[in-house]
Amino acid sequence: MNPKIIIVGGGLAGLAAALKAAEQGAQVELFSLVPVKRSHSVCAQGGINAAKNLKGEGDSAWKHFDDTIYGGDFLANQGLVKRMCEAAPAIIDLLDRMGVQFNRTPEGLLDFRRFGGTLYHRTAFAGATTGQQLLYALDEQVRRLEAEGKIRKFEHWEFLSAVLDEQGRCHGICAQDLHGMQVRTFPADAVIIATGGVGAIFGKSTNSIVCTGSAQSALYQQGAWYANGEFIQVHPTAIPGEDKLRLMSESARGEGGRVWVYKDGKPWYFLEEWYPKYGNLVPRDVATRAIHKVVFELGLGIDGQPAVFLDVTHLDPHVLDAKLGGILEIYEKFVGDDPHKVPMKVFPGMHYTMGGLWVDNERQMTNLPGLFAAGECEYQYHGANRLGANSLVSCIFGGFLAGPAALEYARNNRTDAGSHIFDQELRRQQAINDRLYAAAGEENPFTIWRELGRLMTEHCTVVRHNDKLRLADRQIEDLLGRYQRIRLSDTTRWTNQTFFFTRQLYNMLQLARVMVQGALARDESRGAHYKPEFPERNDERWLKTTLAQWDEAAAAPRLSYQDVDTSQIPLRARKY
Amino acid sequence: MAEGKIVRLRIKRQSGPQAAPQWEDFNVAYRPGMNVIVALMDIAAQPRNAEGQPTTSVSYEANCLEEVCGACAMVINGRPRQACSALIDRLEQPITIEPLSRFPVVRDLVVNRQRLFNDLKRVKAWIPIDGSYDLGPGPRESAADQETAYPLSRCISCGNCLEVCPQYNDKTGFVGAAVLSQVRLFNLHPTGKLHAGERLDALSGPGGHQECGFAQNCVNICPKDIPLTDSISAVGRQLIVHAVRQALGS
Ligand SMILES: Cc1cc2nc3c(=O)[nH]c(=O)nc-3n(C[C@H](O)[C@H](O)[C@H](O)COP(=O)(O)OP(=O)(O)OC[C@H]3O[C@@H](n4cnc5c(N)ncnc54)[C@H](O)[C@@H]3O)c2cc1C
Ligand code: SF4
Repeated sequence: MNPKIIIVGGGLAGLAAALKAAEQGAQVELFSLVPVKRSHSVCAQGGINAAKNLKGEGDSAWKHFDDTIYGGDFLANQGLVKRMCEAAPAIIDLLDRMGVQFNRTPEGLLDFRRFGGTLYHRTAFAGATTGQQLLYALDEQVRRLEAEGKIRKFEHWEFLSAVLDEQGRCHGICAQDLHGMQVRTFPADAVIIATGGVGAIFGKSTNSIVCTGSAQSALYQQGAWYANGEFIQVHPTAIPGEDKLRLMSESARGEGGRVWVYKDGKPWYFLEEWYPKYGNLVPRDVATRAIHKVVFELGLGIDGQPAVFLDVTHLDPHVLDAKLGGILEIYEKFVGDDPHKVPMKVFPGMHYTMGGLWVDNERQMTNLPGLFAAGECEYQYHGANRLGANSLVSCIFGGFLAGPAALEYARNNRTDAGSHIFDQELRRQQAINDRLYAAAGEENPFTIWRELGRLMTEHCTVVRHNDKLRLADRQIEDLLGRYQRIRLSDTTRWTNQTFFFTRQLYNMLQLARVMVQGALARDESRGAHYKPEFPERNDERWLKTTLAQWDEAAAAPRLSYQDVDTSQIPLRARKY
Repeated sequence: MAEGKIVRLRIKRQSGPQAAPQWEDFNVAYRPGMNVIVALMDIAAQPRNAEGQPTTSVSYEANCLEEVCGACAMVINGRPRQACSALIDRLEQPITIEPLSRFPVVRDLVVNRQRLFNDLKRVKAWIPIDGSYDLGPGPRESAADQETAYPLSRCISCGNCLEVCPQYNDKTGFVGAAVLSQVRLFNLHPTGKLHAGERLDALSGPGGHQECGFAQNCVNICPKDIPLTDSISAVGRQLIVHAVRQALGS
């Protein structure tokens, strides 16, 4: 029998892992909350980075590597980042062979645009729906392998926990059917987690609804280390909405869009004035803080509101439609104004987590043997700040690494774990469910969630103060207390979405504490983590990966620190 | 809530696949810029019907909220569409909301659209690559060809085009406009073309292209403005050529 690999998550990372593992002989079972084609990766707009150097600019994998490390303020381990940048051009070629409809030059070659934090045209794109196009290409390949019987999908299933033996080795998963609601365990020779982002912890974000981080949190509470949780990217340009913050991709600025507000009655292009070299394409943390300053310190938001203009009205309408159609359509559909004609109104919004499950520097394995992770749910590639268009490439690279690595692990470590660990985990999860159904308190889960989102957005995003972080942590503890007095408005046992949401909420609360405590401890400013009390980067003390471990007795995170691999690019000050 | 503006909704509910559907009315507080998903989220947070009786929250599918994942298709005021881009300000009230009717209901507004994904498998809607190892760049493509293919590749598998298709049902087994259009997409691609015959074979029998009655409803409803009738015609032409070739034994 071929080794069996379970992959949880069917975004870019999960599908990339599934493709490689199945191709190399694994029997793959793929779990996802939503049909994999509807995963959050479809939202990615702007593009994917690879130093193909097709514009005669002298770009190279090394420069991509340097931009990534520098953009991440030196917090990323350099080994895998370098390998990713070297592998990126071949990843683009492969996607191209799979039929991704990348934009083309007159010669029929791939077109590239500029993105933040680089001076090179390094970003391949398919209109402004690049993530959708890449996800579909991988989805189609996975469907081909599914038709060949090599991959089996479990869509509309929720991962609840890993099945671990006494040594903490992973032998499978416990999951629940979102429709029938039965809880089951599934054995595997290795497991890959690719469950994406954590936006819902911040209430409203640019992420999709299912990005709750619940799976990562469950694993952290089972002993997986969670690294650099405090590093949260706030994207400078999103459209505030009642239900979510819709992103206006950095590609709008990559194609020449300008950010401005009125000052003394005239447009003021503050990013261009403050950062003449990179202008509107400074990295996200820098642009976000600049907008914050303009709005909150200088009081120059549009009509006194928290908003600035993102302007593409001066650009050629045909070019706009060919290269940015997808996002301009979003603005028009959801706001009602035509961005070809009037400048868009935008404001920073929570967007991405640099932190995630800790994985090793070789093969994407977590500290729990047999449990691997890839994609936004792990921490490896982006340090203290992710550069635009680097996530898609890190998801695919990480998945491509994790798939074969999990298979190799599976081939070398085939042990019979015995059925008792499966029975135990099943009982543990069923007990959690029974408690939730029986809960007869007065607290409303949605109220707790909104409260959490407000706390996190206010205190754990752009600007961080120790007193506020301390307060936020205490208030999250209070929310955890209130969670114990919860009541489900729906106690039916069929497709009960309130039940699943409430179950995830507990995990969101626990993971939020990891982020807040990580931020509280880190007394410096680095990348997206900015503390006015400690405005400088402090390499001596804080050039360290934060590791959060679940302390069962305290029911709280315990922080420790690990050295960062800076063996190839020496430290330098980050000044754009 | 008495003073503020309210939004009135009538939702067709069904507690399970076998249960009888029932209408239930809801009122939620109006906020500027809200869409149908916001209203459903409000109901989930405080599930009370318009009479003020506690009820269960309405089940629905949604994910990206920017009309690119395809999850939240439902019939709103009689028209199938994505709920996230259905802005309350532009809808007549009470807003009626029903599940898509061409797919089995799971619960309330959640339907099972697996058939759509199965049909993509049936027509081999993919580029058959030799393997995922490095074989250098893909085929060159003109910017003009990219501009033809790209719109086709934006299909979000929402199923709205199938909801309005008179031919999409169990009897015909018709794959529908979305899947036909995907066949066109893959048959356009320089590598995909090499296997066009297999896809056309899959569309030659029952449930294939022949079932299309050319009602043209699909093209008017597609939220991604995919030129579906062009696709159907293009695939029709390919099928004729394919049949002639096969008849001539080449
Ligand atoms: C609006 C937006 C635009 C972006 N644009 C870009 C861009 O242009 N370039 C770029 O590089 N990056 C971009 N990003 C970032 C990038 O899109 C994401 O980081 C990336 O897509 C994450 O992919 P993933 O495979 O890790 O996870 P996802 O695509 O989020 O997939 C996660 C998968 O896990 C499943 N899952 C989650 N939890 C569970 C569970 N408990 N049980 C079972 N299944 C589960 C989900 O169903 C899903 O299939 C953008 C992000 C946003 C929000
Ligand atoms: S063709 Fe259009 S309506 Fe039909 S499934 Fe695709 S996006 Fe939806």
